[in-house]
Amino acid sequence: MANAETQSILVVGGGMSGLTAAIEAAEAGYDTYLVERNPYLGGRVAQLHNYFPKLCPPYCGLEINFRRIRQNPRVRVFTMAEVESIAGEEGNFDVSIKLNPRYVNERCTACGKCAEACSMEIENPFNYGMNKMKAAYLPHVMAYPMRYVLDPALVKSDEAEKVKEACPYDAIDLTMEAKTMELKVGSIVWATGWKPYDANKLDTYGFGQYPDVITNVMMERLASWTGPTQGKIVRPSDGEAPESVAFVQCAGSRDENHLPFCSGVCCLASMKHANYVREQYPDAKIYIFFIDIRALDRMEDFYNKIKADENVRFFKGKVAQINQDETGKKLVLRVEDTTAEALQEITVDLVVLATGMEPNTAQIPLPVEVPYDDYGFIASQTAKPGIYAAGCTRTPTGVQESVQDGTAAALKAIQSIARR
Amino acid sequence: MEKKIAVYICTGCGIGDALDMEKLTEVVNEEGSAAICKTHGNLCGQEGLELIKKDMADEGVNTIVVAACSPRVLYDVFDFENCIVDRVNLREQVVWSHKPGDEDTQMMAEDYVRMGLAKANAMELPEPFKPEQEFSRDILVVGGGLTGMTAALEAAKAGASVVLVEKEPELGGFQKKVKQIATFPYKDLQDNPLDELIKAVTENEKIKVYTGAQVEKTVGGPGVFQVTIRQNGSSAEHAIGAIVMAAGWVPYDPEKLDDRLGFGASPNVITNTMFEDNYTGAKVTRPSDGKEVNNVAFLQCAGQRDPEHLPYCSTVCCVTALKQALQIKGQNPDANVFVVYKEMRTLGQAEDLYRKAQETGIIFIRSQDPEVKAEGDKLAVETLDEVLGESVLLEDLDMVVLATGMVPATAFGPDVAQEEKEAEGEEKKEEEELEVPLDVIRRSNILNLDYRQGPEPPALKYDFPDSHFICFPYETRRTGIYAAGCVRRPMGIASVKEDAAGAVMKAIQCIELTSRGAAVHPRAGDLTYPEFEMKRCTQCKRCTVECPFGAINEDEEANPLPQPTRCRRCGVCMGACPERIISFKNYSVPIIGDMIKSIEVPEEDEEKPRILVLACENDAYPALDMAGINRMTYNAWIRVIPLRCLGSMNLVWIADTLSRGIDGVLLLGCQHGDDYQCHFIKGSELADIRLSKVSETLDRLALESERVRFETVSIIDYPKLPALLDEFAATIDEIGPNPFKGW
Repeated sequence: MANAETQSILVVGGGMSGLTAAIEAAEAGYDTYLVERNPYLGGRVAQLHNYFPKLCPPYCGLEINFRRIRQNPRVRVFTMAEVESIAGEEGNFDVSIKLNPRYVNERCTACGKCAEACSMEIENPFNYGMNKMKAAYLPHVMAYPMRYVLDPALVKSDEAEKVKEACPYDAIDLTMEAKTMELKVGSIVWATGWKPYDANKLDTYGFGQYPDVITNVMMERLASWTGPTQGKIVRPSDGEAPESVAFVQCAGSRDENHLPFCSGVCCLASMKHANYVREQYPDAKIYIFFIDIRALDRMEDFYNKIKADENVRFFKGKVAQINQDETGKKLVLRVEDTTAEALQEITVDLVVLATGMEPNTAQIPLPVEVPYDDYGFIASQTAKPGIYAAGCTRTPTGVQESVQDGTAAALKAIQSIARR
Repeated sequence: MEKKIAVYICTGCGIGDALDMEKLTEVVNEEGSAAICKTHGNLCGQEGLELIKKDMADEGVNTIVVAACSPRVLYDVFDFENCIVDRVNLREQVVWSHKPGDEDTQMMAEDYVRMGLAKANAMELPEPFKPEQEFSRDILVVGGGLTGMTAALEAAKAGASVVLVEKEPELGGFQKKVKQIATFPYKDLQDNPLDELIKAVTENEKIKVYTGAQVEKTVGGPGVFQVTIRQNGSSAEHAIGAIVMAAGWVPYDPEKLDDRLGFGASPNVITNTMFEDNYTGAKVTRPSDGKEVNNVAFLQCAGQRDPEHLPYCSTVCCVTALKQALQIKGQNPDANVFVVYKEMRTLGQAEDLYRKAQETGIIFIRSQDPEVKAEGDKLAVETLDEVLGESVLLEDLDMVVLATGMVPATAFGPDVAQEEKEAEGEEKKEEEELEVPLDVIRRSNILNLDYRQGPEPPALKYDFPDSHFICFPYETRRTGIYAAGCVRRPMGIASVKEDAAGAVMKAIQCIELTSRGAAVHPRAGDLTYPEFEMKRCTQCKRCTVECPFGAINEDEEANPLPQPTRCRRCGVCMGACPERIISFKNYSVPIIGDMIKSIEVPEEDEEKPRILVLACENDAYPALDMAGINRMTYNAWIRVIPLRCLGSMNLVWIADTLSRGIDGVLLLGCQHGDDYQCHFIKGSELADIRLSKVSETLDRLALESERVRFETVSIIDYPKLPALLDEFAATIDEIGPNPFKGW
């Protein structure tokens, strides 16, 4: 440790944990590289409408964090970037990073002329494919960096030249190719986050079969101004306002056939979603089917607040199956009411599956050997000397815990390079 | 520094198409203070930047107005060393949100250029604050439990010197008596490695440990704290850079529990913390007669999640019950162990331990209202099993363990503000008229800060000195003091360790930034600080009372004694000061006043009202940008000035604005109240309170009160903004012109 060759830190993942780790370390005077796979920073948090329990927008905190980055030359951000290999040891890592082509260079002013000229549309990943967007796009309205992206399909198409010509600043480079960048760093924070558990695997819940069965992350996009419906919560099948909404907790979570662990945030997220619905539709009826309501510490207040709403019914029971009714308009949930030991059928307009968090490390492990737990998490702070796990790479975390974790990981990373 | 001002106007991104550039350039020339005014088609491009740099080198330009895109983009591109830069937002907030080629749009752009010039003329380069005292980089950790010891060791590993103060005669805190722990990977119980931690802390040369000691007094601020530590009747002084407050928790007093839980009715009804006292690693025995236990019931949420007791969940009791139940099962696999719970809360991988407990044969009963029945040496629990739907009686119990919760060490002691109020009685009334909501600060004898606002960090809900911010959990309301562990919020072992490291990170960072004269969060890196022109001070105390961070002390004559290293640079003091004696180098009452004065006010018959919008720069201002990015259009009579925080709004600006003939003033600030979003805690609320006093000014000027309005706006409210601005403009239009026009 004493002979740290290099004094810089690599942070992998630009979501809440990684963003925090990079900024906290940089503000303490350390050079930091922040590497993010998406074309923008903010991760899953950028896709949320509001946080529980304050119901305040994530953009507010992101604005502060982005300003901290803009004003601090010690943080260097690389988007559309992935770590390919790590060699060496604590205090002296050689890292190879692949930079995928954005087809737009730093001359971009985000004027939007390319999108105006583009007619090709692609699925919008930011909205979980619920709508289309131009293939020349700004990922979202507060994207950092504030720079457009060209989809590879557009670059290969006949339209590419036209879009390129539309840029007044010569910012489009159709010949851009993936590049590899070599970095020397003293320590690494791994914060590649999570992805929603694939609801298609929950075969009795009708996701993918019935359009009005959606997931909790999709609900966030439906509630957001920047979402596919400009913030209007409607049924995907017919655009109608739902009169009743069911939230199915632990959809695949705490289930040995799917995710055996608890994701920790879904109870509170569904309560927040119930609040979104109730704000838009004062008469809407809500059912929340749960095993245990997990509202830790002062989150209990939020639980009490939602419980006080007489249109929200908490229903202790496991949803066995979801089907369409004979009109094809409504969804019928077969529920084992564990309290009454009876099988009930409840009919609603919209179903939201509270799917859990799967660590991205389960599918994309680190390019260097580190221990994982049964579920693909790096369940300890130190993955190996000089490499630290933060946020949902370590355990399912909410936003506050991610920031806590990211800040802690920044300290560990500094310890690895601190000169004695 | 003698200023040489240059204005650069970008014509890119539609600016040149929407505006008459010649006329805009003329505005600069007429104003007269700029030596150079140039336009360029792509100012942020290589060529544009070369143009600016060349003028800096060749012409000695040292003050620049960049009239182009929002200051929120390309900050680094237009950041020139030792050069004053002001950004005029012609793109997002003029041409992208208003009709191109329109007279009103043009006038808006021209005003913004004038305002930019006014600001550039008035502002100065910051000179970082250097404290006179010797600067310390040492970290004080208060509390020698798991959190405090972890913090001390983590700080030492990062190279810092640490002073650790523990009030008990030994290090260890609550964990000292815990033999086994349940934490990651939650597959089984583990031996508590606390003794190793104690050893590591004690042996570390960088850590100076005081046990049986207390912090008697804390004076100063980040980098220059002077801390007096009392131990065995003598005192030691330490210069300290930043503080980690890890004062921990105490168990909720079981004597206060409802009778139905049976505490006190039988010696065999104990609490979860008493269980830890008794568990030595040998057999678990019955308190009454020392007989080995065979039948045990754990009752969860005892006095927790209960408005009569602790309204919150202590987060660790479910896992603790699993651990203790497994310990009993470990000594006697045939023991009957029941866990009566309301909600089982085993988050993340802790679910594995729950599963293990179920496999071990521990019986879980979901029930909301169990009752303990103790008669002689007979002990039973009667409860409605929600799953069975019937009442069950657990008889012949040897022991009942109640899961009582955690109370933060900060929850004790009287509220200082209340104390003062009572002591001063009638006299206090005058100050109350300010209606400034005072923080609850308890005299809990942890840090004993020598601060005008009180001796400890303010207590938030349920007396946790935690941050109110989801995105910034370490932001206590006292700069350089970071709460960690169970004093901040209830948390388990794994979380505590993370938290200790996180708090140390913040402490180290605070010291580093402060050493450079820079602000910490949320204006991290800001080199300006408030300067007080003391000869004009009237000792009104508003700055010392209103500072959300308690940064300003007072001398005996009520003169403010600012401590710049405690300052967060929000400017709330500047907004509060009726004498306008508080200024930052690039942000002051006169600077904003000059900007307001530079707005051209058309004659009444031109029928072009003017509206000043004072907008929070972190939320309302970006929201306006986003309206522009989405090409939403709104009224062009408005002129926006971003404020560091709406709390820095000084009422004189409102008076100046209206007396110049500007027709209305709209304040856009963050939500306040319980779920406040203001990053300076009370800023928007203070602005709202101050505004309620503006009616006197309006009355004096014989103006309608509707001309001034406060609106709460969040950063994602941009789709609502155009309608809000248009409606306000329509209201102003309806009221009619301000009679002060042309005066």
